[in-house]
This record gives sequence, structure tokens and C-alpha cells, in this order.
Amino acid sequence: MKIQITGGRVIDPANQLDAHQDLYISAGKIVALGSSPAGFVADQVIDASGQIVCPGLIDLQAHLREPGDTRKGTIASESAAAVAGGVTTLCCPPSTLPVLDSTAVARLIQDKADQVGLARVLPLGALTRGLEGGQLSNMVALQEAGCVALANARHPIASTQTLMRCMEYAATFDVLLMLHAKDADLTAGGCAHDGITCTRLGLPGIPETAETLDVARCLLLAEQTGVRLHLCQLSAQRSVQLVRDAQQRGVAVTADVAIPYLFLCDEDLDGFSSDYHLDPPLRDRCDMAGLREGLASGVITAICSDHQPQDAAAKEAPFASTEPGMIGLETLLPLTLRLVEDNVLTLDEAIRKLTAGPAAVLGLDLGHLSVGVSADICIFDPQAQWSLTQATTRSKGLNSPFMDAALTGQVTCSLLKGRVVYTR
Amino acid sequence: MPESIDVHAQLSVMAERLQRYLQTRNINDPVLVGIRTGGVWLAEKLHKQLGVESALGILDISFYRDDFTRVGMNPKVMPSNLPFTTEDRHVVLIDDVIMSGRTIRAALNELFDYGRPASVTLVALLDLEAHELPIRADVVGMTLTLAPGQQIKLCGPDPLHLTLEQRKP
Amino acid sequence: MTKLTDPTQLQLTAGGELRHFLTTEGASRELLREILTTADSFVDMNSQSVKKVPLLRGKTVVNLFFENSTRTRSTFELAAKRLSADVLNLDIGTSSAKKGETLKDTLQNLQAMASDMFVVRHHDSGAAHFIAQHVTPDVAIINAGDGRHAHPTQGMLDMLTIHRHKGDFSALKVAIVGDILHSRVARSEIHALRALGAGEIRVIAPKTLLPRGLEALGVKVYFDLAQGLKDVDVVIMLRLQLERMSSAFLPSQSEFYSLYGLTRERLKLAHPDAIVMHPGPINRGVEIESEVADGCQSLILKQVGYGIAVRMAVMSMAMSGQTRQAAALAETVR
Repeated sequence: MKIQITGGRVIDPANQLDAHQDLYISAGKIVALGSSPAGFVADQVIDASGQIVCPGLIDLQAHLREPGDTRKGTIASESAAAVAGGVTTLCCPPSTLPVLDSTAVARLIQDKADQVGLARVLPLGALTRGLEGGQLSNMVALQEAGCVALANARHPIASTQTLMRCMEYAATFDVLLMLHAKDADLTAGGCAHDGITCTRLGLPGIPETAETLDVARCLLLAEQTGVRLHLCQLSAQRSVQLVRDAQQRGVAVTADVAIPYLFLCDEDLDGFSSDYHLDPPLRDRCDMAGLREGLASGVITAICSDHQPQDAAAKEAPFASTEPGMIGLETLLPLTLRLVEDNVLTLDEAIRKLTAGPAAVLGLDLGHLSVGVSADICIFDPQAQWSLTQATTRSKGLNSPFMDAALTGQVTCSLLKGRVVYTR
Repeated sequence: MPESIDVHAQLSVMAERLQRYLQTRNINDPVLVGIRTGGVWLAEKLHKQLGVESALGILDISFYRDDFTRVGMNPKVMPSNLPFTTEDRHVVLIDDVIMSGRTIRAALNELFDYGRPASVTLVALLDLEAHELPIRADVVGMTLTLAPGQQIKLCGPDPLHLTLEQRKP
Repeated sequence: MTKLTDPTQLQLTAGGELRHFLTTEGASRELLREILTTADSFVDMNSQSVKKVPLLRGKTVVNLFFENSTRTRSTFELAAKRLSADVLNLDIGTSSAKKGETLKDTLQNLQAMASDMFVVRHHDSGAAHFIAQHVTPDVAIINAGDGRHAHPTQGMLDMLTIHRHKGDFSALKVAIVGDILHSRVARSEIHALRALGAGEIRVIAPKTLLPRGLEALGVKVYFDLAQGLKDVDVVIMLRLQLERMSSAFLPSQSEFYSLYGLTRERLKLAHPDAIVMHPGPINRGVEIESEVADGCQSLILKQVGYGIAVRMAVMSMAMSGQTRQAAALAETVR
């Protein structure tokens, strides 16, 4: 299928490109930018005038909930939400049921995703068996079965010795580790950031050290073992500082931040709305500022959605009894563009955090619009004013405080491997 | 004109009428109970004029009103004070203005929570002839009809006088 | 961003009257004063021979206790009965919730019973607020304690005690001693004291029992009991749960008592006319010396009676507010 995307402003941060150019696609790959290749006759012409054409977004953390929790979401529904949000590649965490610690589950997910045929799903394998923090998983087998990295998916690894062995083993085979820094003891029983809001609401608190202690532990062990480490969804300013210091020392560590933490803080918990119950918790204004600064300075190279669809019952209870998480695939782009409005990032930098940045973390040849690569493309209208509503969302989950909010910037078309998978 | 009514003069007339009323019924040892606030002022005067021996009782009917959920709680409620047993006594209940009759009903309900009186005689300074319940005073100073939207109030305690208010539409 | 109503506004009608009583936080001085004045009249009434008034006659009050508490539940029951209400006691902690029924489902089943008021105690902070948002709008919710968040009727009965025995709040130094971290009573007291304009609010406890950010609430933090008690007019002792020792908050009861226990000696550091209060039940020899608990400065027993009066006040005010709200809505529909 030959496709020509015409009239758009092509922004490709990896290639430092920002120009009005046409894009030519054939047999699932980008064959040219700018002038049409000789003899190119388009089967389909997509008019992108007034819009931005960029690489398909890469989301380092989106929960599809299948297998196991299909009440909350399925590969089909959440992939549909992904491509509606311009996300053509996403990593799904191993916290499925059964846990993604076997090649069978890894293949099952990829097969299902292929069947659905919307977004590219990259499974993250479990670092330990059953995510229990005890035994190493079959890391090499999982990698060969398609897992792009191994993760602990918010399950704390209590034994430091086990963590160290995991890193040493992973380092042997150059396996990437994507870890959530979380100290089991300090997190236990808590559901909100331990600060003034938590005191007023009487919620059990989680101190900042629940994250920073484990960040420090992971960094020092990574330094010792030489493993490639990526820290997921940081929530504290102090964590950013620790990562920056380690990066400056030459440790091979990257980090991402989930989009809600850039706009919300613990003050938003006022009123006990379970929409704001997240893991890690939303911390205070200084932490929010610190995360924004970490993005701007380049310590944090990727923004992810951390999409977690929930069924109504999981969110309709007193705060501490609700499950954490919010949906985010369809609001990822407009919220990232808000960072440009807020002068945290330039437009080029913002798109980089959603494309080349996450691609580099994973070490994959994605997230750019060079000739010869897979034609994964996101076309969006940066001026479009819209809202995500219960009726229009494609995700099974409705749990987001941004539901019905005024958003600017909307995806009009997404392509995966040269095939249109979403049109507005 | 209501404001020109000489309340003290009326009281003397009412005291006489009440005495005759009680005599006809052979009531020799009544207890007087005034309904806060206006009724209490009147009851004090009557108590003196009649030379009643038993102490004066005071009823606050705020908690017995039938419309409290509509007009809200009155926070400034003073407790009722009946320094005698009402069981088998002849009670003289005194209020300033009778309009719908609901205040009297509330007062009767409260009175009966304290015990079972032998009889209740109702005395009022004014009857506005706007009954919503079948309650009539046994001894009345005067009857009066007000124009729509008008309200009358007894002010006191010294001197006791009536004022007329126009309720805002 | 869609946001649920914050509890301080949820409990008021459009006209600013009480329709639920969920928390003392954010309540105006006028509202709290109204509760105190109303409670005053009920205190006077409770000492008379006729203790019952028909304010809630024909209304059904349901005690929904997800957390056991015979004491608190009995005072609410007594308060409701003195208002002539019909009372139903549901100890949910022992039935449906154990069977895994969600709170929302429990509420929907209860709604069928057409009650007018729920008095709720629950182990989760924000539970009373959640219930207020998920029942039909004409049901009044009285928070009898939700997690660590609030116990507003206890807070107000403590305020009533202070009001009746000490008068003007602005001249008072009030100290709250003990496990502030886990205490919903302390939180409700602090918010009420602030709203009523208390001169100085102090908390006295070791760091392990202090929550973050109290200074931002206008509270002075003391680690030393002697310093903290100096010249105070009101001493409120909090109950120390015995499990604080086993979960690594404190080394032992004896050390706690030696450092933070209110003894006669220590009480002398306070103002000679200082009053001693405790939400109960007291742990003699743990947070308070027997002689102090039973002594002339102690108002601990009086607090119980005030508790009934405050609960009668709050229940009648909330029922009144709800009924007026429903009437106002009916008007607008017409």
C-alpha cells in the first residue's frame, strides 16, 4: 500500500527535522521525505495541512490488563485507545495474570496484539518469578520470546542480595532492566504522600524515602554490576537529583516520568477523590517542579502514560480501599503539549520525550522518520480543542481526573507499519 | 390602632375575667405557666395581681414546634422551668398572641410530657382570629384582625406595649 | 479536571446550614458557635426530669458502625432517642463487609430501608464523605469517626467542655498530648480550636507519634511535656493504643508514661485552673495518673454528658438542614 502524507509540518527530533514536507510510504516503510520517489503513485493521500506529522508515539508503560483482568481492559480495547492517542508502540508490564514470567504468556500477548492489529505491543518480562522478588526468571528466554526489558512492575524486591544477583545476571546478557523504585517497608499500608495533605485527610502516608532509598540502592547496584538500568515513573525531586548525579558519574541509567505527575500534586487529593490515588503517590509541589526540571534538563528522557484502566468498583470506595492508577493513553499527547505551553519544553523536545527518547531507552530502531524504517506515524492537529468523555473514550476504564477537561491538540491519524490504524 | 392599646389596662381586665372564670369552676389553687417570651411577662403580672402562691412556670416551646424542620433550629433555646409537679394540678397557660394555635398545641404537648394536669385554662392578651387549629382561649384581652402581611409583637418587660410590623413580601 | 466536592462544603446546604456533619475542618466560627449554643440548651434539658423532645419524631436514625464501639454508639443511640427518633443499630463490621460486600453495595441495600439519618463509623479515612456522596441527597450523614481523618462530634463535645468551663477561646492555651498521628479526635479538635479562635494550640508527643505538617495548621509542636504544659489552660490527653509498642512506635508503656504521662506533678506546671480532658476510655498509668483522672481538675466524666448534648444538637441541626434543602429543591422543581 503506497501512502503519501501531504501538507504537514514534519517534526522528527531524532533527525533534527522540522519542516513542511511530504512523506512517502510503501510496503510498510518510509521510502522518502520531501520529494516523491520516481514512479511513486499513491494509493492513498492523507491531507495533513495545518497538522504536525511526527513519529508514532512510544509509551514505556501502558497496562492492557489482558491476560487476567479483562474486566478492566483488553488488548483490543486498550490498543484502540493507544492508537487514538497516537501511540503506535507501547510496553505492557508483566503484572498480568498469570504473571508475564514465561515465554508462553509473552507469546500469547504478542499474538493477540498482532491479531488486533492496532498498536505494536512490546512485552516487559518479569524480573523475578511470579514478581515475588525471590527467584530469577528465565531472563534470556523471555528476551528471545520478545520481551524488550525485564521489570518488577511495582513489586518491591525486598532482598538486596536478590536484586544484586538479578542485575548481575541481566548484565551478563545485556538485558535492560526497567525498575520501579519502591521500598516495601516504608510503603506498607500507605496510600498518599506523607505531607500536610495526608495529615489533614488522615490517610496513611508514604514518605519520599520510600522511593529515594530504593533509587539509591538501584543506582549503586547498577554501578557495581554494570547492568543497563531504567527507572520507571519517578515521583520525587530527590530521585531526579540522585539519577542526575549517577548519570554524571557515568552510570548507564535512564529515567521516565508518567504524565500525571507533571500536572498534579498531593493537594489534589483534597476531597478524597480516588481519581488521584496513584502508585507512587502524587507528591508535593516541589516534587512536581523537580520532575519538570528533570525533564527540561534532560535527566529524564521519556514521558509515559502509565495507563491503568480500572473498573468502576475498583475506584468507588473510600480512598484507601480503592485501587491506584488512571487511564492516560488518549490524553498523553495533549498533556505533553501543555508542557510546551507552560514553557517547560520546546515542541521539538516534547515530541522527543515521546518518540526518540523512549526508543533510545529501549535501544530500538524506532521513534524516528528516517528512510527505510517502519512507517509508524502520528498525525495531530496542535490547535484542536476537544475533551475526552465517557462516550468517546476507547479504553474500558473511565478513571481519569482529566475526563471532560478542555484539551488542546488531538490526533487525527495514526499509522503502524505503513497501515492506517486510526482516523479521527 | 394596635399600638395605642394600653396593655397594662387590658391586663387588669383579664385578671378580673380570669378570677371569675376560675371561681365559677371552683379552682382555688392554680399554677400559672407563661409561654416564652411574651407570655412570661404577662404571666408575671397576672401572678402578682392574682396573688398566686405557687411559683411561676416557664415554657419554652422551641423544641416542640411543628415546623422546626422548615424554619430551622432556634439556637437560643432556654430550658423550660416548671418548679412544681403538674400532676392533677389546674394549670393556667398564658400566651401573648394567639394566631394559628400551633404554639398553644406545642405548649400543651410539652406540658403533658411533664405530667397529667387536672385542667388547662388558656389565657391570651390578643386573639387574631386566624385559627388553623380548633384552639380557643378561655380568657382573652381583645380580638383583633390584621391586614395581610401585618405582624403584631408584644414588647417588654417594662412598659409592656404592642408594635405593628409590616412583613416584607 | 472533574473534582468531587470537598467535605467541608459537602456538609452544608446552599444556605450555609448543616445537612451532614462530616468534619470540623473548614467549618466557620459561626457554625461551630451555633452547634455549641444549641448543645448548651440540650445540656440544660438533660438535667431536667423531662429529657425527651419531639424534634426527630417519626425519623429513623441508623447507626452504621463498621468499626466496633459500644461507647460511642450508645451515646448516639441515647441522643437520637432523646430526640424521639426511632433507632436502628447495624454492626456491619460483623456481617456483610466480612462477606466481601463493597461499601457501595451495602449502602444501596440500606437505602431501601428509607432512613433519614446514618451515623457512620468506618476504618477508612474519607468513608463518611464517600457515603454522603453515594446516598440519596435527603439522608443526613453524621460522621462518628472515619479512619484517622475526623471525629467531629468528639471534637465538638471537647469544645463544649472548654466553652462551658473556660469561656472565651481566644484567651486559652490548649495542649493535646499523645498519639496525634493516629488520632482523628486530635485532628477534629485542632480544626475546631482554630475556627473558634483559640489563643494557642500545642501538641506534645515524640516524633514517631506526630504527623507531618502540623505547623502549617497553626499548631506549636513540643517534644517535652514539661515545656509544652507550661501555663496551659486546657490539657487534652489522648488514648495510647497498646499496639503502638509492638509496631515500633514506642519502646514501652513505662517509658511513655515517664515522659508523657500526666501526673499530679506535671499538671502543676499548667495554669492552676487548668482543666484536664480525655476522649476516653482512659488507660490509667499509661497516659494519665489515676489521681489526676479522678481529681478536681478533671472533666472526663462530664464530657460524656456533653457528648449526648452535642450529638443531639448536631443531629437536629442536620435533620433540619436536610429537610429544608429537600423543601427548597421541591420548590424549584415546581
